[in-house]
Amino acid sequence: MKSMMNTRPGGTLENGLSRPMPRRNFLRYAGVSVVGTGLLAVACTKDDPNPLTFGQTVNLGSGDIGILNYAYALEQLEAAFYIQVIQTPFSGITDNEKALLTDIRDHEVAHREFFKAALGDNAITGLTPNFTAINFADRASVLGTAKTFEDLGVSAYNGAGRYITSPEYLTIAGKIVSVEARHAAYIRNLISNGSFANSEVVDANGLDVVRTPTQVIQLAQPFVRNTLDATNLPIS
Amino acid sequence: MNFTHLFTQIEQTDPEIYDRLDTRRKAMRQFANIGKKLAATAVPVALGAMFKRAYGQTSADLLGVLNFALTLEYLEAEFYATALAKTGLIPAGAALTAIQTISQHEAQHVKFIQTAISGAGGTPVAKPKFDFSGGSGSGTGPFAEVFNNYELFLAVAQTLEDTGVRAYKGQAPNLLRTGDVLTAALRIHSVEARHAAHIRQMRRTNNFSATIKPWITLNDTNINPDNAVIRSVYEGENNPVQAGIDLRAYRALDNAAITFVTATEAFDEPLTRAQVLAIASPFIAR
Repeated sequence: MKSMMNTRPGGTLENGLSRPMPRRNFLRYAGVSVVGTGLLAVACTKDDPNPLTFGQTVNLGSGDIGILNYAYALEQLEAAFYIQVIQTPFSGITDNEKALLTDIRDHEVAHREFFKAALGDNAITGLTPNFTAINFADRASVLGTAKTFEDLGVSAYNGAGRYITSPEYLTIAGKIVSVEARHAAYIRNLISNGSFANSEVVDANGLDVVRTPTQVIQLAQPFVRNTLDATNLPIS
Repeated sequence: MNFTHLFTQIEQTDPEIYDRLDTRRKAMRQFANIGKKLAATAVPVALGAMFKRAYGQTSADLLGVLNFALTLEYLEAEFYATALAKTGLIPAGAALTAIQTISQHEAQHVKFIQTAISGAGGTPVAKPKFDFSGGSGSGTGPFAEVFNNYELFLAVAQTLEDTGVRAYKGQAPNLLRTGDVLTAALRIHSVEARHAAHIRQMRRTNNFSATIKPWITLNDTNINPDNAVIRSVYEGENNPVQAGIDLRAYRALDNAAITFVTATEAFDEPLTRAQVLAIASPFIAR
């Protein structure tokens, strides 16, 4: 849990994503029924003087809440990434690129804040990102990662829609996924103009990329220090 | 796709399903055999055929949504095909390649939706006669020069793509829990958004709009001069409240509040079927 206290050396990334978590917030989070209560019972015995050492595994929960937490996890990751991109712009970034990447950062933060507010007490904790594989000074590294995140986000929402039972939240997911697709198109064009909807992402029926939550989490997991647990998602 | 789960859901909705479909095992086996012979993308068609056998018909509402989508895809597909057939309209190179890519996707969408409707036991609506001047068949509407004027062509393309994004979004709740049909619709929806973003970038690159971005800001058309049809495409996009949550009330970056502009850009808004038909109406000959 130390990583969430912003004590990691050189941990500016963590500043963007995770604020120190007061004990009472942790306890409120821990008390939510959707978290793995069995694990919690093990983690918070009297022998463990510091409950904050628990929390490496984040259970997304079940039902629509689980799907919303799944989206919230991805949005946290995207927001943290673009916050860092703007804090330490890559070498050779143009004014126009910086302006539009700042827009994208702000959109992802708005998505993150939306899910956090909508989920309320059911929201998962702030995740700790792991961006060690990204060279934020390097244009290709940053844009390549951005492309991965945006296409992943599009595929995630496209794949999760079928599991949502609330018409209102299905509409919200639709409102967000098209903005992610706009981001994806822009980032792809920055890397290679005209690749906004190429055959990497659009198939011979003209259908965009789609992934199951299990596939998405597998691809997202290397960028998150917490272990994302999707076992209760309503996806079987 | 988890067929077991699908059957369980049907079972819950209709306990007599197996009287209609012989036995569960037989139905599963039949379906598994069909599945082996079909590409994954053709599965909705097979599903449609199975439902038709069980219930005698597919939900009229579902077919209504699909035919509505088909009409929009006809419109987009013919728009781009006509533009590509017009020599000298689209500059050779990146612009031409991009429009060819988009055109190909729209033609694929037409075919995909037609096949899905047929597979579900419905009849695809016939392609209307279009009038891309926006004159309802007169040929003398406000966009009469659309295939002679590249700037106007991109402006109309932008409005059609942004309309497509909003139209599919508006139908998503009508496809709630339809499984593969919803997934297919969402996958078309995000392709339309990629198209819209690219057309918007093309307009920026050509300096047809100095301020346009790949995403929609407020309810700006970024088209000058615009008109009532164009404005109606962006009506309601300036919405900062999602699921009752006013995003402007949240402080995030350096404790700054989320701005009205950001709140509207971060969420694309849906259009109802009636709103979309009102937008499309001038492009359809009466």
